[in-house]
Amino acid sequence: MSVQALPAERQIWIYTQMLRIREFEERVKRTFTEHPGVIRGHTHLADGAEASIVGSLSHFRAGDAALATYRCHGYPMVLGSDPKAMMAEIYGRVDGLCKGLGGSMHLTDVKRGFLGTSGIVGAGIPHAAGAAWAAQIRKKAEVVYCFFGDGASKQGAFHETLNIASLWKLPVIFVMENNGYNVVTTSEQEDANAANGEPLAVKAKAYSMPGVTVDGADPLAVYAAVGAAVERARAGAGPTLVESKVYRLSAHGNIIAPPGVPLHYPEHEAITVFGKREEYEAALRGDPVPRFRATLVKSGTLAAAKADEIGMQVAHEMAAAVTFAVNSPFPKLESALDNVYA
Amino acid sequence: MAQLPFIAAIDAGIHQEMQRDPSVLYFGQNMATTENHDFVKAYGHDRVRVTPISETAEIGMAIGAAMAGLRPVVELYMAEFMLVAMDQVVNEAPRFRYMSGGQVKVPLVLKAGFGFACGWAGQHTGSLTALFMGVPGLKVVVPSTAADAKGLMATAIRDDNPVVFLHHYLLTLEPGEVPDGEHLVPFGKAEIRRAGGDVTIVATGWMVPRSLAAAERLAKEGIQAEVIDPRTVAPLDLETILKSVAKTGRLVLVDQAPRHATVAGIIAGEVAEHGFSSLKAPIVQVTARDTTVPYSEPLEAYVIPDEERIVAAVRKVLQGRR
Repeated sequence: MSVQALPAERQIWIYTQMLRIREFEERVKRTFTEHPGVIRGHTHLADGAEASIVGSLSHFRAGDAALATYRCHGYPMVLGSDPKAMMAEIYGRVDGLCKGLGGSMHLTDVKRGFLGTSGIVGAGIPHAAGAAWAAQIRKKAEVVYCFFGDGASKQGAFHETLNIASLWKLPVIFVMENNGYNVVTTSEQEDANAANGEPLAVKAKAYSMPGVTVDGADPLAVYAAVGAAVERARAGAGPTLVESKVYRLSAHGNIIAPPGVPLHYPEHEAITVFGKREEYEAALRGDPVPRFRATLVKSGTLAAAKADEIGMQVAHEMAAAVTFAVNSPFPKLESALDNVYA
Repeated sequence: MAQLPFIAAIDAGIHQEMQRDPSVLYFGQNMATTENHDFVKAYGHDRVRVTPISETAEIGMAIGAAMAGLRPVVELYMAEFMLVAMDQVVNEAPRFRYMSGGQVKVPLVLKAGFGFACGWAGQHTGSLTALFMGVPGLKVVVPSTAADAKGLMATAIRDDNPVVFLHHYLLTLEPGEVPDGEHLVPFGKAEIRRAGGDVTIVATGWMVPRSLAAAERLAKEGIQAEVIDPRTVAPLDLETILKSVAKTGRLVLVDQAPRHATVAGIIAGEVAEHGFSSLKAPIVQVTARDTTVPYSEPLEAYVIPDEERIVAAVRKVLQGRR
């Protein structure tokens, strides 16, 4: 898919969604200093993966479903969830997307097809395949997008599910966001393919399905790769493994510390653990958000002034989300006992 | 009413629900491998499938299918196989409704046999009921009669929550009168299998017939035991148990699991807290001995609670009775 093949309007939409994810998560990050104590537990940011997320979900249509991991702020944003409700959830408030019962790691918005997010690495992969079985039975050419990280591809759940999904030709697209690090372990330290210089997409071969590797920092490249996988799935030909190579621009998550220690985001593990400052700085120079803006401006698709205007609008939207969320009350205590059973 | 073996009664319950609701799926290992399979013939391969030996994927896919609006029944054969996929059973299926703030339902049934104490040695004989009963969001069913096997399975399939359906392997061929046509047994409603005023015995699964046999022996000595079968342990019908203890003042709990992994311990705690004033003697728990189930026949029999130990426990709680 070339830049020319997608209408300008659609490309600008992609850029806007990327920026919305980035701006939302910048606000999440800033909350740790601007509103200390408001975010509890562990949050995980998608900065660096925005192009991959938006490029993939550009194919989403009504009836499709998406499932993801605890690094889940980006997907519902693209699918239309209200950032106010998302932020309120991350703040544990009554107006949260999940009524404050789930938090940052478990954003869910069923009305928009975002079915669920497991906090256990790899555990959500079979859930996506199950939803794909339901889609297969409905016979409406609906597909399921299954997002997970490179680390999850070492879990049994990944291998068991890819086998069945291929065997049953389930309409699911496995999007592996390979950010090179499983928390603080590099891919080469934990993945036989990576250690032998092979892309992780070769894992698809073991399950007789297509496996492709794509530059996850280029939304149009992802759009094309995932588009081919979606087409195959809608046609009933089965799943595809798309390895989308991204660089996580923040640390794995905010620091893990007992109450009393102010939470914050440390520097990236490339620096703190491996001392590879240059690797990290190169990744920053390749940041997909400004990179795509530059591409659009250069091709004349988006005027610089218009891009600035979008930036202002998005900043305003996300500032409003913070104001809304911080003013939203906590849920009633007894609500902790609701929703245990249906 | 038809006379059916326990295992056929479970199938009848699944058939009943698959006939009335096209969203019910049934799948698992080593089933539905030919077109002659009963369920394949009736409902086709969209809804009835054989899976590889992949418990994590089987149960995980059931969760996803359930979130997408279907009602899967997973054939797991043995409760221990759930241990292979414990994350999906304990930390995935029962969490999604809650974590999503009530947005999703996860209606599924995990059908598994347990307690196969007939020479299956250490890894296929466990009584894992208590492992599941304390997980918020899970329901746990333990039928002991063919009629309940059908009715509880049907209720499990209609329930909007994940249900662990544990059928005792040694009851598999036990025949029983099973109601024809639509049959549903409610969750959270214990059944008094035998009425009596001297002592309350609570048991589940295979321990129910053993307790009833013990009660018949005791009846010959003039001791009338009331035998209660909770049928579901989550939800647990404490009311019926407490009412019985209020009448008898004495409680014997029979459980096939090892001492500290029992449903009995939970019931003992609740009765001690809520029924203490009714008790005329300390509660006695008859459980498996604290060991892995051995292969050798006399050793296996020594470990699992039998009629003799139940009778002895009843005599113990009745000691010094006026």
